[in-house]
Parts: sequence; C-alpha cells; structure tokens
Amino acid sequence: MNPVLKLLLEGGSLTTAQIAQVAGLSVSEVEQHLEQLKKDKILLGWRPVLDLSREAATAATVRAVIEVKISPERGGGFNRLAERLARFDEVESCYLMSGGYDLLVFVKGASLQKVAGFVSEKLSTIEGVLSTSTHFMLRCYKDQGFLLDVGEATTTRLNVAP
Amino acid sequence: MSNDPKRWVAGHVAALPKSGIRDFFELVAKMKGQDVISLGVGEPDFVTPWNIREAAIFALERGKTYYTSNLGMIELRRAISTYVTEHFGVDYRPEDQVIVTVGVSEALDLALRAFCNPGDKVMFHQPCYVSYHPSISLVHAQGVAVPTFAKDNFALTAEALRAAWQPGCKVLMLNLPCNPTGGTCDRVQLEAIAAFCREKDLLVLSDEIYSELTFEGTHTSIASLPGMAERTIFLHGFSKAFAMTGWRLGYACGPAALIDAMMKVHQYTMLCASIIAQEAALEALTRGWDSVLMMREQYHRRRDLVVRRFNEIGLKCHSPRGSFYAFPSVAATGRNEKDFASGLLLEQKVAVVPGSAFGDNGVGHVRACFATSYEQLIVACDRIERFVQAPQK
Repeated sequence: MNPVLKLLLEGGSLTTAQIAQVAGLSVSEVEQHLEQLKKDKILLGWRPVLDLSREAATAATVRAVIEVKISPERGGGFNRLAERLARFDEVESCYLMSGGYDLLVFVKGASLQKVAGFVSEKLSTIEGVLSTSTHFMLRCYKDQGFLLDVGEATTTRLNVAP
Repeated sequence: MSNDPKRWVAGHVAALPKSGIRDFFELVAKMKGQDVISLGVGEPDFVTPWNIREAAIFALERGKTYYTSNLGMIELRRAISTYVTEHFGVDYRPEDQVIVTVGVSEALDLALRAFCNPGDKVMFHQPCYVSYHPSISLVHAQGVAVPTFAKDNFALTAEALRAAWQPGCKVLMLNLPCNPTGGTCDRVQLEAIAAFCREKDLLVLSDEIYSELTFEGTHTSIASLPGMAERTIFLHGFSKAFAMTGWRLGYACGPAALIDAMMKVHQYTMLCASIIAQEAALEALTRGWDSVLMMREQYHRRRDLVVRRFNEIGLKCHSPRGSFYAFPSVAATGRNEKDFASGLLLEQKVAVVPGSAFGDNGVGHVRACFATSYEQLIVACDRIERFVQAPQK
C-alpha cells in the first residue's frame, strides 16, 4: 500500500513534513505520493471536522438524514438516479443501502424550512423517487471518529515512570 | 533512647537505594507548566480500548463487586490458558497452573518470596526494570547482575550468564523484550540460555510483558523450549499490549506445585486481584486483539522514526526489536547520561531517563519511550538535535 495512504487511514492530521518524517520519506516524495493518490481518485479532498455548536458566530445549520425509495431502471439500476440526486449542493453524502429503502441521503441547510423545502420541492419531485422519510438530527455525539465534548482523561499519565 | 522514627524501619528496607527514576520524576515535576515533552514514561499513550472499559462498567452494573477465587476467575484463567497456548506454544491447566495477580510486579514478588531462602542468589540481566534488584533484596536473597551490552543490541548472552554465575545461584530473572533497552533474544540465543539453566539447575522467572510489542520476527518464550516449562514461571499481564497499566492485572503460569506455593503467599497478602480488572481482562483476551495490532503498528512506525532520528543526530541507537523504548548511547556528546538528561530537560524541555537508573550497566545511555504521538516525537527529536548541536555550557 502507498505508505502515505497508510498514515492518512489512521485519521491523524499530519502536515506533509510530518508525514515525511514518520514514513521515512523526503517531503517531495510525500507530495508525489499525494499527487498520485489524487490522480487515482483515491484522495478526493480534505475537510476539517468541526463542532459548530461551540461556535456562536457561525450560521446555524440543520442536518437531516433522508431514507429515499426509488425505482431502479433497466440497464442502469439505481446509479443514474443516485448520481443525479447526489449532485445537489444540499446533499453531503449519499449511499445505496440494503433493506427497507434504497438511498440514505445526508443533507444540510440553513434552516428547517430550507431542508424541508429541498425535500418537498427538489428531491421528492424527481421522476423515479417513490417516497422519502426525513429525520432531522437533534444532537451530534461523535462525528467521523471524533467524540464531541467528552472529558477524556488522557493527560493523567505520569511524566516519568518506571 | 532515640526518637528518630527511622529506628523502626527494617534494616534491609532502609538499605534499599532510592529509585533513580524517582529523582528524575521530581526534577520533571518542578518544571510543571513549561511545555515539557516527556519521553520518560513507561506506559502506552493509548487509553484502554473502549470495549474493555465498557466491559468493566457493565460488570459494575451487574454488581460484580466481590472477591474472586484466590487464583482468579476461572473464566479468565481459561482464557489466559488458551491465549498462552496460541501465542507462546506452552500449555497450562487453568485449574492449577495459572494465577492471576495484581500486575506482573506482584507475580514477581510472589515468585521471589515463594522460591527464595535468605541468602539464595538470583541472577538478572542489567540494565533492567527498576524493581528487579530491590525485589530480590526484599526477600533477603542476593542479586547477581549479568551485564548486557550495546554491541549485542542488549540481548542476554549465555557467555555473560556463565561469566557471572557463582555457586548458590538458584533463580534467573528474564525480561525479554527488555525495559529499558528494548533488547531481546532470538531463538538460538534463548536455546543457549536454556541449556545453561538446565546445566546449573536454575529456575527461570520469565517476564514477557512486552512480547506482543515485537516488531520483527516472532517472539519466542523460553518456556516453550524443550525441558524448560518445568523450570519456568511464565509471567505476563495486560498493561502494555492492551494499554491497561492502571488496572494492575498480570498473571503467572508454571508447574502446579510452584503456582501453589505462589498462591500461598498471594492468598495471605492480596487475597485476589480486583474483580473489575479481571472482567475487563476477560474482554481484552476475547475481543481485544484488533486493538493490540493497531497499537503495535503505530509503535512500530514510531520506533522507526525515533531510531532513525537518533542515529542521524549522532546518538548511536540500536533498533529495538520489541517494547516501546529506545536506548541510545549519549557517549558521543561527551556528557554522561545524568548530565545529558538533566541538561536536555532544562535547556530543551524534553524528559528522558538516565540509563543508570536501570543499573550500573546502563551508564552512558538514556531511555526514551516512544509511546507518544508522531507530532510530539518529531518536536522532541528536533529539540534533542538542537541540544546535541549547541555548545556545552
């Protein structure tokens, strides 16, 4: 496996220079590896993981999860509709699921009305969408591997120990 | 009559030297709040994996707050027995050949108390874990240090063992991979040591607490070698591999008659290990292995980083095959290990432990624990480089 990818998978946020040291490579070698990962469409981009509930200045964001039932098409199955749906800016993530519905869609908007409007006017009116079931998120406890606001006692380790 | 309370302290306890680690701990404590990066620790930086912590919480919820059998919960002993068979290739009966203890420290103490008469001689390789020699002194036995050397990557050799042996030696303590050197022995070296133990009829106390943190090759337990299980107490615990230092849980496996002798001491002193820790340990053995592998891979990469940087800086350092300790020589800096450690702490705010804290054979070296994040390790190495390159004050 690409040694840089291995480190990225651990989910840390090392700088290029730090990755170079840890992987025992030069900075330019790390940059080449990152370039290659982008070319191979493995590395799609970088995003910070934020707890915006702690930042009063940011505009409120409403997030919802929508279960969507769609009718598969001859030849393309679910793909064409799923890709079409995924292109909306409001959609953060979109997955094809097994079970009682077909697509699980994560959306965000500035307000409850905005998200509701997106669902009723855009999403549910797409030809092939049979039904939607929208669940608004009330509170986040863990996001992409990061726990929000829990006092983990990680600093109690003694500085010097046998 | 004297009024000094010290008059009540037993002679052999008064004679124990103060731990060199303790001195250094106090020095570091004085620098509180000064952005010190500590490579002076002796434990993982990972918190115990959540499934293990959750199992302990569940045990409390169910009211598991009682004593357990002296030997430890039979379910845990069964799990330990299976684990030791699978990972070390030695079979122990859970019913009478396994005892659960309060850390390997207690197991070592039990063994020394159960097997040593006053005046018996106990061999141990040095540099070694700080408590080995004092534990021997506490049972009125006599410690015989066997040096290990940087040229052998701090592996114990049968030649050094033979050179140090003297009449009256009864027990050999092993700690492979070793705290503080990271040194360990391969199978061939262990076979030579095992042959020597059989020749001199030595009982082996083998502390293999770092065995899961073996980065290259496979760890071989001396207990798995022919004719050794009957003369070996295999000691292991949960602290390092499962990041469970604070739970204080270890175990010893060996011939039933010897475990029974250790049990006698254990039942009168400790009664049993904490039931909550035992419940957590059971979860660790049944569902904790993925976490061990994840942590080992990280330690492995951190080791490569630190050892490479140390050698680039000019601190000659072998690549420890196991443990999370690097043990570089500071000889090239012209300082002794104590001056190096205190200078580094005061000038660049990085804590390492002087090698002499681990016995006379540790002089000229420092112990640097790499169980710390990549970011911290990189900054620590940069600071050490600045310290080494700065003109000496």
